[in-house]
Amino acid sequence: MEKKALLISGNEACVEGALYAGIQFYAGYPITPSSEIPEGLARKLPKYGGVMIQMEDEIAAMAAIIGASLAGKKSMTATSGPGFSLKQENIGFASFNEIPCVIVNVMRGGPSTGAPTGPSQGDVMQARWGTHGDHPIVALAPNSIPEIFTETVRAFNISEKFRIPVILLLDEIIAHMRERIIFPEKGELEVVDRLKPTVPPDQYKPFDVTNSPLPMVPPMAAYGTGYRFHVTGLNHRIDGFPTNNGELIEKELHRIMDKVELYKKDMFKTEAYMLDDAEIGIVAYGSSARAAKYAVNELRKQGVKAGMLRYITIWPFEDNAVEKLAQKVKFIVVPELNFGQLILEVERAAKGKTKVYGVNRVNIEIIHPHEIIEKIKELLHGI
Amino acid sequence: MSKNTEIRLSGEGGQGLILAGVILASAALLEGKNAAQSQYYGPESRGGISKSEVVISDGDIIYPEVADPDLVLVLSDVASVPYTKDIRRDDTMVIFDSNTVTKVPELKHGKIYKLPFTMTAHDKLGKPFIANIIALGAIVALTDVVSKESIEKAVLARVPKGTEELNKTALLEGFELAKTIKK
Repeated sequence: MEKKALLISGNEACVEGALYAGIQFYAGYPITPSSEIPEGLARKLPKYGGVMIQMEDEIAAMAAIIGASLAGKKSMTATSGPGFSLKQENIGFASFNEIPCVIVNVMRGGPSTGAPTGPSQGDVMQARWGTHGDHPIVALAPNSIPEIFTETVRAFNISEKFRIPVILLLDEIIAHMRERIIFPEKGELEVVDRLKPTVPPDQYKPFDVTNSPLPMVPPMAAYGTGYRFHVTGLNHRIDGFPTNNGELIEKELHRIMDKVELYKKDMFKTEAYMLDDAEIGIVAYGSSARAAKYAVNELRKQGVKAGMLRYITIWPFEDNAVEKLAQKVKFIVVPELNFGQLILEVERAAKGKTKVYGVNRVNIEIIHPHEIIEKIKELLHGI
Repeated sequence: MSKNTEIRLSGEGGQGLILAGVILASAALLEGKNAAQSQYYGPESRGGISKSEVVISDGDIIYPEVADPDLVLVLSDVASVPYTKDIRRDDTMVIFDSNTVTKVPELKHGKIYKLPFTMTAHDKLGKPFIANIIALGAIVALTDVVSKESIEKAVLARVPKGTEELNKTALLEGFELAKTIKK
């Protein structure tokens, strides 16, 4: 039987992706433009044996998913700009203690309360550096309804496998937009569960990686299964208890940072569109990449060899992809719904091998393909 | 590359534009086509500027919003300037409600039409709020972007129980209004 195509919104696709990935716990505080996510999970999660709680605020919601994850449950929260700011301290706690969880941030106009119903890509740097201190983090930025589904699944997988919080960066456009989707069958996409300890409870150390089957990733016991362990926001030893020993502090921090370095190739994801013979490069992500791809097609019709490099995984940032592109194009254009955030990474990775220009917009409207086309034509005239 | 049909429904909050867009996109899916529906609305639930955009294609939809509209519907004064200013072709149909739009702007491009959606809803059906479905009927009849059968199926799947007959009549009124336009 042919599978049925549905017309659903990005937020609804996120709900379905989370259920596919095996979400068992959701805590959140509703906020436009992310509220359809808790709405959908409130209806559906209990039917899957899971729990959905509306907490008193975003801080508590983040704390609740950390607790649920420590108890062995796949957990998620969803929010937008102001709520994302509130969650930052606890995101740092989750990152430092390697607690798997997925944080959906549907970006809206900012700063502060900003424009609740308007789109933005203004939280790209906050996703990387919103919480204090050097810390590892992953951020994914899908750009269509079917991709929101698959990237939500991938967010859970990366988070569970490598014990790291994953931020799913959507924007208001793709979250509220409706598109055609055919849900993958069970088994069609990989679903990953976290490593569990094989040692008995009295020998378990929560951050010990010596015998882990996955180098640098400590197996994770669930509270309530007989394993007792300490979790703290302080720098800690491999048994979880606080320490002020500089050597141990540095060693643990190195491990959690190096873990991402070791597995970054498993986290990276980019799309190359018409790059083989490209003379003009566009680097884009999220909804702006939809305009970029349209611009590439229009420019090609007019004889301009443009191509697009799309970042689906934004953090960690894949430097090589930009570096390779920078070596062969006349210039790179980076369209963003902000004053220029990812462009800083593009410039850094391009290492001066080509010039990089932004196409930026903060008037809470999607970037229009013609803006990108005009910018590129203007730059071509200037050469 | 297959040609997209790009339709913008604009007006103000409360006129049912988003629902109309969702219905049109679902009708396209019923025919095995691809569709993307997006929207803008403000914090007000009534009266603020609002739009719903639908892109329908036999192939992939790259840009999900309207980049070069084939048809723009305007049901309110607040939308008449902002949502018509990016029209770049002379054959784009721009349909204003002849009663709720009191001032039709001068357009550099596009072909202007006026149809009495709200008046028909009020006078013939006694329900002013059903102007969205009448307009949907007219749009389908004018563009053939989906068949009349598909739009009826999609409307009936999305409207409240007990309003089926009313909505069917509204669609028929829309089909009739379309006949008054010579393309």
